[in-house]
Amino acid sequence: MLVPWRGFWNPRSKAPGQEEERHVKANDRDYNERFTYADNHIKTAKYTFYTFLPINLFEQFQRFANAYFLVLLILQLIPEISSLSWFTTIVPLVLVLTITAVKDATDDYFRHKSDQQVNTRQSQVLIKGKIQKEKWMNVRVGDIIKLENNQFVAADVLLLSSSEPYGLCYIETAELDGETNLKVRQALTVTSDLGADVAKLADFNGEVVCEPPNNKLDKFIGTLYWKDNKYSLDNEKMLLRGCMLRNTEWCFGMVIFAGLQTKLMQNCGRTKFKRTSIDRLMNTLVLWIFGFLICMGIILAIGNTIWEQRVGRNFWAYLLWDELLSSAVFSGFLTFWSYIIILNTVVPISLYVSVEVLRLGHSYFINWDRKMYYSRKDTPAEARTTTLNEELGQVEFIFSDKTGTLTQNIMVFSKCSINGNTYGDVYDEFGHKVDITEKTPCVDFSFNPLMDRKFRFHDSSLVEAIKLEEPLVQEFFRLLALCHTVMPEERSEGQSWPLVYQAQSPDEGALVTAARNFGFVFRARTPETITLYEMGQPVTYQLLAILDFNNVRKRMSVIVRNPKGQLKLYSKGADTIIFDRLEPANEELMYTTSEHLNEFAGEGLRTLALAYKDLDEDMFDEWMKKLLFASAALENREERLGALYEEVEQGLMLLGATAIEDKLQEGVPETISCLTLANIKIWVLTGDKLETAMNIGYSCNMLRDDMNEVFIISSHTMLEVQQELKERFSSSQDVGKTDMYASDSVFEETIIAECALIINGHSLAHALEADLEQILLDVACLCKTVICCRVTPLQKAQVVELVKRHKRAVTLAIGDGANDVSMIKTAHIGVGISGQEGMQAVLASDYSFAQFRYLQRLLLVHGRWSYHRMCNFLCYFFYKNFAFTLVHFWFGFLCGFSAQTVYDQWFITLFNIVYTSLPVLAMGVFDQDVNEQYSLRYPNLYRPGQLNLLFNKRKFFTCTLQGVCTSFILFFIPYGAFLCAVRDDGSHISDQQSFAVTIATSLVIVVSVQIGLDTNYWTAVNHFFIWGSLAVYFAILFAMNSDGIFRIFPSQFPFVGTARNALNQKSVWLVILLTTVVCIMPVVAMRFLKTDLHPTQTDKVRLLQQATRRQGPQEQNLRRVRRTSSRRSAYAFAHQQGYGELITSGKNMKVHTSSTSAVPSSSPGRTHSINCNTLRSHTTCSSFQHYNLGHCMF
Amino acid sequence: MGKVRADAGPFARRPDNSAFKQQRLPAWSPSLTPYTVLPVFYFLALVCVLLGVWLLITVQNTHQLKIDYTDAGACATCAEMRNDPTKAKMNCDCVINFNVPKTFQGDVFIYYGLINFHQNLRRYIKSRDDDQLVGRKNSLKSPSSYCEPFAYDENAVPIAPCGAVANSMFNDSFTLTYHPPAGAAVNVPLYRKGITWYTDKNVKFRNPSTNTTLQQAFQGTAQPPFWQKPVYELDLDHPNNNGFINDDLIVWMREAAFPNFKKLYGILNRAHTTFSYGLPEGNYSIAINYNFPVQYFQGRKEVVLSTVSWFGGQNHFLPIAYLVSGGLIFIVAIVLTAVYVKVGRSGKNMEE
Repeated sequence: MLVPWRGFWNPRSKAPGQEEERHVKANDRDYNERFTYADNHIKTAKYTFYTFLPINLFEQFQRFANAYFLVLLILQLIPEISSLSWFTTIVPLVLVLTITAVKDATDDYFRHKSDQQVNTRQSQVLIKGKIQKEKWMNVRVGDIIKLENNQFVAADVLLLSSSEPYGLCYIETAELDGETNLKVRQALTVTSDLGADVAKLADFNGEVVCEPPNNKLDKFIGTLYWKDNKYSLDNEKMLLRGCMLRNTEWCFGMVIFAGLQTKLMQNCGRTKFKRTSIDRLMNTLVLWIFGFLICMGIILAIGNTIWEQRVGRNFWAYLLWDELLSSAVFSGFLTFWSYIIILNTVVPISLYVSVEVLRLGHSYFINWDRKMYYSRKDTPAEARTTTLNEELGQVEFIFSDKTGTLTQNIMVFSKCSINGNTYGDVYDEFGHKVDITEKTPCVDFSFNPLMDRKFRFHDSSLVEAIKLEEPLVQEFFRLLALCHTVMPEERSEGQSWPLVYQAQSPDEGALVTAARNFGFVFRARTPETITLYEMGQPVTYQLLAILDFNNVRKRMSVIVRNPKGQLKLYSKGADTIIFDRLEPANEELMYTTSEHLNEFAGEGLRTLALAYKDLDEDMFDEWMKKLLFASAALENREERLGALYEEVEQGLMLLGATAIEDKLQEGVPETISCLTLANIKIWVLTGDKLETAMNIGYSCNMLRDDMNEVFIISSHTMLEVQQELKERFSSSQDVGKTDMYASDSVFEETIIAECALIINGHSLAHALEADLEQILLDVACLCKTVICCRVTPLQKAQVVELVKRHKRAVTLAIGDGANDVSMIKTAHIGVGISGQEGMQAVLASDYSFAQFRYLQRLLLVHGRWSYHRMCNFLCYFFYKNFAFTLVHFWFGFLCGFSAQTVYDQWFITLFNIVYTSLPVLAMGVFDQDVNEQYSLRYPNLYRPGQLNLLFNKRKFFTCTLQGVCTSFILFFIPYGAFLCAVRDDGSHISDQQSFAVTIATSLVIVVSVQIGLDTNYWTAVNHFFIWGSLAVYFAILFAMNSDGIFRIFPSQFPFVGTARNALNQKSVWLVILLTTVVCIMPVVAMRFLKTDLHPTQTDKVRLLQQATRRQGPQEQNLRRVRRTSSRRSAYAFAHQQGYGELITSGKNMKVHTSSTSAVPSSSPGRTHSINCNTLRSHTTCSSFQHYNLGHCMF
Repeated sequence: MGKVRADAGPFARRPDNSAFKQQRLPAWSPSLTPYTVLPVFYFLALVCVLLGVWLLITVQNTHQLKIDYTDAGACATCAEMRNDPTKAKMNCDCVINFNVPKTFQGDVFIYYGLINFHQNLRRYIKSRDDDQLVGRKNSLKSPSSYCEPFAYDENAVPIAPCGAVANSMFNDSFTLTYHPPAGAAVNVPLYRKGITWYTDKNVKFRNPSTNTTLQQAFQGTAQPPFWQKPVYELDLDHPNNNGFINDDLIVWMREAAFPNFKKLYGILNRAHTTFSYGLPEGNYSIAINYNFPVQYFQGRKEVVLSTVSWFGGQNHFLPIAYLVSGGLIFIVAIVLTAVYVKVGRSGKNMEE
């Protein structure tokens, strides 16, 4: 190999993390190879075929339980203390390790497959002056690659040139941050001149010196050295792996980071491992059991020491063991270890595996649930994490995103008011308002060949008005078609809707689409013109100015010159803003419109007021001059422009108002009210504005007019926030008092204090400080509804964290976008809404499904069942193991504490894994205390999970105590009977082996009856497993006691004939019967008393369910949720600032226009508009340092 | 996790509508209603009490007599001899007289009982070689290490049968004599064979296969150190009751579960006219060849005469346990009924 050019620098010894600066030379593989940069091959799989076994075993033995059993195994190999054969531990251990290994191997296989799929994607690489097809994995750092429209970017690439003017290129970053809106990247002028000239590109030999690989998605610092010039590089010139090229025919880029060093992969830290509270409790309990085991060991060891001294020493001479066990203390020491081995079954080795199996089963049930399958998007629910299921039954707080989660993020033009007439409502023949449903006939727009077929409108009177050519109605839609920043795109391939709008906000899209369908089709725009097809006739307007939107102005206007030469100003904006600027003559119309607006708002619609104005030519010229002057100003540019806009937007003529429906996801209000009844608190955390959020709050039934109080906290300073919170606290406490006495019967609706808290991002930032967070939490928890608006992704996570930390409650976060990733990862359970374009939330989530309403089913049915099953499973499991193991403890007192086992060793080996595992697994997988209809009908059944009632330390004590008692009965009843028993033929039966078989049989029968009692839902599988286990027990028992197997291995199966000789005795069966009755009847009595005296809600509903089943199914009316209608003025304008400038500068136009070519590429205006364009993504990006991207597929 | 099926249609990923996947499997869901629980309680109480009564009556009809001979009467001297290490190997016989107050009707079984002898110690139980006892030649010559320190004698000759269990075999023998009110004393005839489980005698214990004599088969092995005679000479009267398939050895090798136990010694041979109805009442004497030392571990030795019933020997535990359980279940059943009538039936707690 060539000597590296930097002296003794050895690339191999340098770990990638230590890279301080990256040097990449374009088209120079030899040069770049010296640095051993990662190639584009990615590997998320953990193992290969050969490393699987060692690595997997190493990982598995890091688990406490497995290591513990390994130690036990080693102990058993020491003959002096080996009280059990090695196989009693190794068989379960091997089984456990195998099951886990198979699961790990399957997971890894799928990772290999997805790696493979990604690695073999095709990309076009410039090699030796020619563009060649290469697999992704063969792309190297420094290569120049060609990307085409709608292709994923293969690596982190420096944009060199593109098909668009000015080296612009559009990308969609859905896979990176979940944002589906387009973002702009621009190449350096020098490189964009290379164009598509392959020869020039092949000669390009610039060297990029830049930062080492890191995970900051929004930052890049580097320098390009080319032809003795330096060009600084930033993030705006980078295309990151995982982005998709949009609206750009092609572009060329130079690979800077590849494979695992790309920003996307650098963000792929391993997902934080979530554990459920039951998991943690289980670990504690296992430790306790371990302590208990040691205590028992010590007691028995002391017993042994005393016994050896008192009794055993007399045996020494007789049995000749004196030389080895001369000291009683040493004997006790050995006995301790022997008992640890024997009693090890109290720490159930199969527990962890069984729990995993259960959870896996529950996850499959979620995946298989047809009622959580969304057919429109062909999206089934998916349990992406298989370890959290039972926690779904314990959720107390839900943190929900709004857009895309509660709402569909689809805006629909629903109603309008034009010149004092409302349109949009449908009336039947009697003049009554009709509820609009799917079946309501739609208006026929077939007169319009350019219509959008997806658009639905139900009131035909508006079409009549259009057809009658009423001037104001026409003007109304003309305004909608002209005053916006939408970009049209005519697609040649799609025959049905050739015209597609690229709208920046869905509201605008909805308005322009409405205008299109009503015959005012926005067809094309250049920086200076807008072409409409008005009722089929092309009309071109000259666009003179766009008075862009911003948060202060809350309106936007355009000034156009129509073909007749008239100057017009069209304006749309928030009603209050527009009303202030109306011509006084409009007053009457304003009142009518205002009334209509209230009506619209009451229905939860987002409203806008529209107005126009005819402009005077001279006045406009003068104004325009001022505008040009102001826009060239360096200082206070924004303010000056604002003042000028203000000047011209005066004396407007009111046209009317539009009402847009922010479509809720299906069934959201019903779901929310049902979850509220289940005592789950739902907090909405949204990045939206206060008004929008409140609006949705009302339409989701979270806020209601009959609420006692709605606290709005939107202060800007710490002190104010503190003041407000304290006030709220005291007043909400008063209201909250009524809550205390509310009855909580299943069948009554709980009365909850009707308060709501709405807090905005600024206040939240203060309220989340250490001093105020407690009071914030107190206030919030007293309120029925909490809405946080204008919050950043980081704040979402902080709110979740706050509740997690202080309330010790299980939290669930649900969202669909990248801005929800942080809270999804922070919450105990993260749910992603799938089926949308962005994948990030889903990838970070634990569960995903397509519709918010499925949450109800996930929690109230799957979660509740899962929790119920898991708790019953654990109770039974601990009970069973205690009953099984402690028999040895009692026997210790009779066998001189010598660590003699009661059972056959094979029985000990097989008890947990064969004889008793399947019935309890079947119970854990299939059990249903209450069926799904009742689970949903009585949300109160969810309570026990939240209160952690079904499995806690108390329950654990109860069930272990039951186990201890059972073991006591199991031992002492046969003991009493066997003390003086003989067979009916006079030969003995009180030998150790018969005793072992009797106790083992009793035990298997008792635990089988117990599982029968615990099983609420006997499916065929349960029957099969329970009866099957008993049958298998007897089959194996007789097989192991058979002559045949004894003749092969006499010393391994010394129990030959015992089963036959013991179980043909009536006395043995009498003992077994008595033991079973005595063990089981107290449990039955206790349970019966409990359901009789203190029935739980579950008991009640079960009873009801059974009564109903007996009487046959009855149709019960589910509570219907009414939407309340109230009069509020709502305003929404989900517009973004700055797009107007991009339009007027012509940057984003495909048509080259000479008039705009003079704009310098570094003008502040351009940067400004692009920055604003990506405004939303910035908030997202900044928080990316705080969370990782789950699985990265790129 | 979701399986993606190959055929891509509009509903390609829709889960199957099977009862299993939708958790709608037909099922029986029982619950603890008064109509099921209370009858079960009464029924079980009745069953337990009836069983208890029946068992009690049965037990009342059985007879059992225990004679502790550890240091009783003439055997006291023997006990002292066993105490003295110098005289440990000397033979000692003693006779004990006893009275059977009531005729033992039917089959009578004679057991020897040991008190406080821990046959259930782990190291004791393990100290045997089942491979050897089933007659495997290899194990005969090289006994399992579990037999240590009774695997080889001081000359490194393998011991057969090896291990502590065999070594400590009970070696007292009894001769029972009936002294009728009139006439000469009659020797009570006993079956000393057929006192083991069939499987033990025919499967678990086999002699090493041999074409010649048993002695030859056991050549090259030593007798256990505590034994007075080699394994092939255990029963000189019955040639095929020797070696590993000797009934006494087999009975001894089935280790008792508890420190106090009794093991079958012989069965009354009712072919003799005097004993055709069982053991008649009257005076008896038992001649004991006293070998087994128990004083080291404060143990006792006894001879037990007993008759059996359909569920085994005289066993008072089961009938009493059944009666007590039956009674308790009955009480609980009454309590449950009362609770149900007072609280449950009114449905106060079940109110909607």
